[in-house]
Amino acid sequence: MAYTEDDLEKELENQEYKYGFTTDIESDKIPVGINEDVVRLISSKKNEPQWMLDYRLKAFAVWKDMVEPEWAHVNYPKVKFQELSYYSAPKAQGEKKWEDIDPEMKATMDKLGISMDEQKALSGVAVDFVFDSVSVKTSFQDKLGDLGIIFCSFSEAVQNHPELVKKYMGTIVPTTDNFYAALNSAVFSDGSFCYIPKGVRCPMELSTYFRINEANTGQFERTLVVADEDSYVSYLEGCTAPARDENQLHAAIVELIAMDGAEIKYSTVQNWYPGDEDGKGGIYNFVTKRGICHNNAKISWTQVETGSAVTWKYPSCILKGDNSIGEFYSVAVTNNHQQADTGTKMIHLGKNTKSTIISKGISAGYSNNSYRGLVQINKNASNARNFTQCDSLLMGDQCGAHTFPYIEAKNSTAKIEHEATTSKIGEDQIFYCNQRGINTEKAINLIVNGYCKEVLNKLPMEFAVEAQKLLEISLEGSVG
Amino acid sequence: MLSIKNLHASIQDKEILKGINLEVKAGEVHAIMGPNGSGKSTLSNVLAGREEYEVTEGSVDFEGADLLDLAPEDRAKEGLFLAFQYPVEIPGVSNINFLKTAINEKREYHKQEPATAKEFLGMVKEKSALVELDSKLASRSVNEGFSGGEKKRNEIFQMAMLEPKLSILDETDSGLDIDALRIVANGVNKLKSENNATVVITHYQRLLDYIVPDFVHVLYNGKIVKSGTKELALELEEKGYDWIKEEVNA
Repeated sequence: MAYTEDDLEKELENQEYKYGFTTDIESDKIPVGINEDVVRLISSKKNEPQWMLDYRLKAFAVWKDMVEPEWAHVNYPKVKFQELSYYSAPKAQGEKKWEDIDPEMKATMDKLGISMDEQKALSGVAVDFVFDSVSVKTSFQDKLGDLGIIFCSFSEAVQNHPELVKKYMGTIVPTTDNFYAALNSAVFSDGSFCYIPKGVRCPMELSTYFRINEANTGQFERTLVVADEDSYVSYLEGCTAPARDENQLHAAIVELIAMDGAEIKYSTVQNWYPGDEDGKGGIYNFVTKRGICHNNAKISWTQVETGSAVTWKYPSCILKGDNSIGEFYSVAVTNNHQQADTGTKMIHLGKNTKSTIISKGISAGYSNNSYRGLVQINKNASNARNFTQCDSLLMGDQCGAHTFPYIEAKNSTAKIEHEATTSKIGEDQIFYCNQRGINTEKAINLIVNGYCKEVLNKLPMEFAVEAQKLLEISLEGSVG
Repeated sequence: MLSIKNLHASIQDKEILKGINLEVKAGEVHAIMGPNGSGKSTLSNVLAGREEYEVTEGSVDFEGADLLDLAPEDRAKEGLFLAFQYPVEIPGVSNINFLKTAINEKREYHKQEPATAKEFLGMVKEKSALVELDSKLASRSVNEGFSGGEKKRNEIFQMAMLEPKLSILDETDSGLDIDALRIVANGVNKLKSENNATVVITHYQRLLDYIVPDFVHVLYNGKIVKSGTKELALELEEKGYDWIKEEVNA
């Protein structure tokens, strides 16, 4: 009664992925396939020092002998690694001055709502824009430089700050860590690098925006954030890709290092192309994210995952230092034929370490949404505490929600709490809203936003608004 | 205002309402009483537009419109309000946000400007006082962690905010202690006017001491079998329903 066929159809039209356009730009793309020569080629294109090439080659050697993991609760045709191109860069990359940037590229940034023009930037957000395999432009570098903050593309960091990159890269996610991490370590093309010096509170949000444009290209970027003693930084990451029929691969690495007393807040709004409603196309998002906390340090991961055909991602914290804190706040939405296997690992090594996990899964359509988490309290981690809350919300009767919590406690003083709920959006709740004059679509938005509130509240303001809209778009038309 | 003619409704092919006739005019208070399972809650759900119920026969005219033809949210926006027997919890959605959405939906429907924050907060203050609702409850999640009494008071608070033409109170007295009952009833009485009407569904005469009805109807086995004035309610209180059942079955 509340819905007519026409309404439903209209909504499904509206629900189409807004960022599905492609940018018509000449690119320098290397032939498909992967071997040692390709690794060397990427390295030489980036004019890298020998140590960087050695790192890549070592990783490649490791990767060759590894097999793709199959334990995740996802099901997809195998990625044909020899049919992908591992490097694509917009041509005519010269000086990175705003005036010199290709107008097509500027138009793309506009459409994505990325403000690079520092004069026009509304809010104090510094952005590094990564397009296919390279970073196009980083804003506010000078202003940050005055505080000793380094915020640049990964390639620039390799050239200009080799000592820092060498010291920290791969210390949290080693090349041998897993299949995708090894692949990334061999062929990564660009990404962001950030260093906050001792005692500095970064005055603005730092942000990286990832965009995959080219067809049949893998995007392999790495992000390395080092927060020196008693510093603070809030980092944002956003991502989109064109709507393509083929699947595209995104295998990234993010490493966070929080030294004594430092705090890193890392927020992601992941909106990769999820494929169409029949499950055709979409991004395979296989990402390794991990951070280490030294004494009294804190790392907080917040993620809103609405995109990708398949997501395989477990932002984790190694709580090495005493009194360190790890947090993970996640909203993962899957609709149509999307699949997500996501969660976190909290490794407690230090004394009095604390971790909090709040995971909110929302499944609609024919999708599958899994939470997979590990809380590990090691022998010396006395008085460690963990609180996990893991909620699933189901919409419709064709979708699935799964939870795989693992808890390993090797210290008897540990306190671990785990709460889990699974609920359906109640007909009762919707009818209650209807009876107050709120239509079903708006009612669902209200209910879902209420359900995710604890996580959305953790996002920086502008991001929270964007995330809220994204939730609405992702779930439009999912209850008829 | 409301004219129900020969209304039949069923759920999962089981007929519950078997030909209801009822006329409610502006300014009137009607009480509907009846034993368990007689169809009282079904009637309120059918009027509000709950989808599980299928109307198989009859018509309902509400202020000149075919009520049964309207979506539930449009019935609400036309001025029909149901105070739920079991108010629903909506975690994470504040009462304020919920009501603001509802009021602005209604305003949009009637082509009015949305309420300004000042206007809205003024209303909240005024109306929450009507039912002695703690202002803290207004900022808490809808009904979450509310006591039974608070939930019922919150229903009347929402009713006050939405200013409906016709309010149906579905066993609003159930689960209320005597003080809460008085507060809720006072709220309802204060909202009464020449232009609106109230239908009170209840098991007990007790509520009718506070909300005095103009008419009392007895619903039994899906039909209104007896109508009268408030004295009928007193008689039911004294004698129970058996004599009515006997009359009907005779």
